[in-house]
Amino acid sequence: MIYDVQNETLPREEMEQLQLRRLQALCERVYANVPFYKKKFDEKGVKPQDIKTLKDVSLLPFTVKQDLRDQYPFGMFAVPKEQIVRIHSSSGTTGSATVVGYTKRDIENWGKLIARSLVAAGASASDTVHNAYGYGLFTGGLGIHHGCETLGATVVPISGGGTRRQVTLLRDFAPDVITCTPSYALFLAETAMEMGIDVRELPLRIGIFGAEPWTDEMRRAIEKKLGITAIDIYGLSEVMGPGVAIECHEAQDGLHIQEDHFLAETINPETGEPVAPGEEGELVFTTLTKEGIPLIRYRTRDLTVLNPVPCKCGRTTMRMKRVTGRSDDMLIIRGVNVFPSQIESILIETEGLTPHYQLIVEREGNLDTLEVQVEVNESMFSDEIKSLQRVESKVMKNIKEFLGVTAKVKLVEPKAIERSLGKAKRIIDKRKEA
Amino acid sequence: MKVDQLSIFLENRAGRLAEVTRILSEAGVNIRALSLADTSDFGILRLIVSDFETAKDKLKENGFTVGRTSVVAVEVPDHPGGLHNILSMLQDSNINVEYMYAFVQQSGDSAVLIFRFDRTDQGIELLQKNGINIVPGEKLYAL
Repeated sequence: MIYDVQNETLPREEMEQLQLRRLQALCERVYANVPFYKKKFDEKGVKPQDIKTLKDVSLLPFTVKQDLRDQYPFGMFAVPKEQIVRIHSSSGTTGSATVVGYTKRDIENWGKLIARSLVAAGASASDTVHNAYGYGLFTGGLGIHHGCETLGATVVPISGGGTRRQVTLLRDFAPDVITCTPSYALFLAETAMEMGIDVRELPLRIGIFGAEPWTDEMRRAIEKKLGITAIDIYGLSEVMGPGVAIECHEAQDGLHIQEDHFLAETINPETGEPVAPGEEGELVFTTLTKEGIPLIRYRTRDLTVLNPVPCKCGRTTMRMKRVTGRSDDMLIIRGVNVFPSQIESILIETEGLTPHYQLIVEREGNLDTLEVQVEVNESMFSDEIKSLQRVESKVMKNIKEFLGVTAKVKLVEPKAIERSLGKAKRIIDKRKEA
Repeated sequence: MKVDQLSIFLENRAGRLAEVTRILSEAGVNIRALSLADTSDFGILRLIVSDFETAKDKLKENGFTVGRTSVVAVEVPDHPGGLHNILSMLQDSNINVEYMYAFVQQSGDSAVLIFRFDRTDQGIELLQKNGINIVPGEKLYAL
C-alpha cells in the first residue's frame, strides 16, 4: 500500500521539476528572511535567481550543525515567532543544543510524512501503535504520535522507560506496531522473556526502528527475537525528525527519501564535491517545503549511497542505503578506521552474544587502546572461567581478523551499560576528555 | 544424587559480592557452601543454597546473570589419604574434576566436598560402586 500515491510515484522528470520549483522558492525565502543565509549567499556570490536547474544546488553554501548552535536559540527561524507552533531541541550531549521550530503547516506535513512511513512499513489506519520513543523535546515521540493520528491509527503514547510496564501493555493492548530504538526493542524482548512473556506469541507484527545506526545483522536478530518485520526509519531533528526516509516492507532494500520535501545529495566529506552516482558519500539535505527552519544543504555526517532506481513496491522515490555509521562515529584506532556497526556485526555473529556493547577508547602513552565491553547473558554464561574466556578471545580474534585492530574484550554484567531513553550510548572516547 | 549449584556472573569491582549476599539475606536464603573463581575483570560465584529457586529468581530480578550446574556432594573420610583415595579412583577412570570446594559442615565423621566433574553421571556411578557416600541435594540443603 502507498499512502500518497500522487507524490510517492512521480516519474523522475516530474519529481525533479517539482523539486526545482520548490528549491527556487526556498532560496528566495531564506535570502529575504534569514540574515544568516543572506550573508552566506553573499559570501559565495550566489543569488537566488542563479538557481536555474536542479544541479545548481551545488552553487549554494552548506549548513552544518555548528551553524545552528551559533544561532541558538532562534536565529535560523525564517518566520516571525508567532507563526511557530512547536519547538523541539536536540539533547546537546556533544555540544550546546540545537533548536528547531515548526509552523502549523510544517507540523501537518510532518504528520503526513509519518503517515506515509507507517503505511510503507506495512501498517494501516486500523492498527494500534505502541510508541516507545521518548516524548518531549526529542522529535521521536511526538513526531510519530502525530503521524499515527494523521493516518487514523490508534496510538499508545507510552514514551521511553518503565520497561516492565511496557511489556505488560504489549500483552494487554496487543498493538500491531512498535516504534522505538533498535537497542531498546531487544531490551524489551529480553525483559519480556524474564517476565515469562514471549513477544513472538503476541499479535505484534511490525517494528519501526530508528534514532541510532544499526546493522542488518541486528535487524535479523530483532526480527527473530520479536517475531516481527523490522523496518528502518530515518530522520534527524534539524531536517524534520523521523520520517525523512523509510524502508518499505515489500523490499526492505534501502530507505525511500520523501523527495518532494527533501532534496538529497551525497558529497565527498573531505572536499564537499558531489560523489559519482552509486558511490558512498555524506548525505546532505535541503528542506524544500519547511517554513519554520528551512535548511540549505545541511550536512548530516551520515554516510550512504543513493539509488534512483524505482522500487518493486511501486514507489519511484530515491532510496538511500541504510546508514550504519556517521562520519562522526567513526573511530580511528592507531590509524585504522572502525565503525561501531562493524563491532556490532562481529558480536551478533559470535554465538550466544547479544549486541549490547560499549566501546571504550583511551590513550596510553602514545597508543590508542580499544576496549569492547560486552554484556553477559544467560545463553552464553557458564560456571567455568575458561568457557567465558573462550568467548572473550574469540571476539578478540574476530575483531583483529576483520578490522585489523587489537581490542581488549571485557565481559560485563547485563544492563550495566547505560540505556538512557532507550538510546544506547555506544562510544566512550576518553582521548577527547584528556 | 546431584546437587543444584547456582553460579553468578560478577564484575570484578567493589560491592558486587556484597550485593549478592544482601539480596539473598533479604530473601531469607541461607548459603550452604561457596566458591569464587576470578580473573582480573570478572568472577564466577558458585553457591549451594538452602532454596535454589528463590535465590535464582531474586538475583535475576536484580539484573544478575545466573546459571544452574549439576554438581556432586561427596563424603570424604576425615583422615590422611581420604581425599587422595577418591581422586585416584577418578583418575583411573579418566573422570576429570573441573573444580571442587569444601562444604562448611561435616556429615557425621566425614568432610563434604563439592565436585564438578566433566562427566557427572559416570562420576557418581564410579564413586557409589566404590562405596563412597554421596550426599543427595535435599539432605545437603538442610544440613
